Amino acid sequence: MRRSVSIAGLVAALVLGTLGFCTGQKSYVASAQEKMSTIEVKIDNFSFGPVTLTVPVGTTVIWTNRDDIPHTVVSTDDLKTFKSKVLDTDEKFSFTFSKAGTYPYFCSIHPKMTGKVIVQ
Amino acid sequence: MSEKKKDEFLNDHNHDGVDRRGFLKCMAWAGTGAFCVMKGGVLNSYSLSRISEISTADMMGELSFVQISDSHMGFNKPANPDVAGTLKAAVDKINALSNAPEFMLHTGDISHLSKPEEFDTVDQILKSATPKDVFYVPGEHDVLNDDGKQFLERYGKGSKGGGWYSFDKKGVHFIGLVNVMNLKAGGLGTLGHEQLEWMEDDVKHLKKSTPIVVFAHIPLWSVYPEWGWGTEDSAQALAYLKKFGSVTVLNGHIHQTMQKVEGNVTFHTAASTAFPQPAPGKADSPGPMKVPAEQLKSALGITDVNYKQGKQALAVVDSSLA
Repeated sequence: MRRSVSIAGLVAALVLGTLGFCTGQKSYVASAQEKMSTIEVKIDNFSFGPVTLTVPVGTTVIWTNRDDIPHTVVSTDDLKTFKSKVLDTDEKFSFTFSKAGTYPYFCSIHPKMTGKVIVQ
Repeated sequence: MSEKKKDEFLNDHNHDGVDRRGFLKCMAWAGTGAFCVMKGGVLNSYSLSRISEISTADMMGELSFVQISDSHMGFNKPANPDVAGTLKAAVDKINALSNAPEFMLHTGDISHLSKPEEFDTVDQILKSATPKDVFYVPGEHDVLNDDGKQFLERYGKGSKGGGWYSFDKKGVHFIGLVNVMNLKAGGLGTLGHEQLEWMEDDVKHLKKSTPIVVFAHIPLWSVYPEWGWGTEDSAQALAYLKKFGSVTVLNGHIHQTMQKVEGNVTFHTAASTAFPQPAPGKADSPGPMKVPAEQLKSALGITDVNYKQGKQALAVVDSSLA
């Protein structure tokens, strides 16, 4: 499910060059100009894509499990800000980031899977 | 030559298990009214009045058990849309073993999503296995959503802390460990301080000739850390076992058989009864390995373990379902 983007946002994304929307991309920075309220993180092949995501305050991030194995999304900051239930294939978890900060997280079933959301 | 004759005789189940040559020898030593049995090279005598109490296996001085692992009840994708069917095939295989196993070890990932009906289905299927006693340790798929509360309620009677415990069978000391709780980001399996302290205490007073079997879900040696196939603090656990002459470590989690020998420790991982996983590094990720349907059963399996008193090492034999 792709969120709708403005043309300017699409151009900005293309201008960022190699960072296209495919699994395996390492980081994605959403510029403040882009009018998007939701952004997707794909879980596949035992990894989060993008691994590092930078978004403006107020963004809702939706994790979708495209893998054939269940995963979870659990933040590792002191406040344990978010924690999904187990996500089987095609299940989703969403969280709206209302405060700026850095939010590292991992899959509690496969702890080698880690990711980070940076909220600016 | 005489060793071979001894073994042949001990395997003869049609007789009463008495080695007549050995009996006469024993009679000469022990006097009259003694019933002698050769168990793995060691003569044991019983008074004749106790013959009926001694089971064939006791007379054989053997211990036989089976390890199964990673049944993932609830999984329904390629390469296996029917994990209940393959678990049933594993039970059939167990029931067909010539040395009837006394009990079973399940090294975890019993369920796929920690759902009650998934655990129920496994319990139901295992009821038709000849060995009635099953000892479980959890996999990471068994402790989802509730920090293992459901697992402990079902399978953790008599266990300590997060579900660890030990028991003895025919002089072999079994230790069930839990290394799938409180996993840290970027980390491997973990035993934790409390469990390690318990284990140190548990083995402290055992004679060093006691054969030890340790079973846990995630491998207790470093199979492939990149995929989380290892346990961070297993070295400490193994240090407590250094004095023992025979240590067998049985694990699951990686859905393929692998073996490593390090001094007096034999490490062994079992196949899954649900789906295979790729060999370390041979794929992008350790997910289910898709194989053609006709090859599935040959990529799944059970592990048969036999121990003869007097011998140090346990005989660990894997067999695939097809």
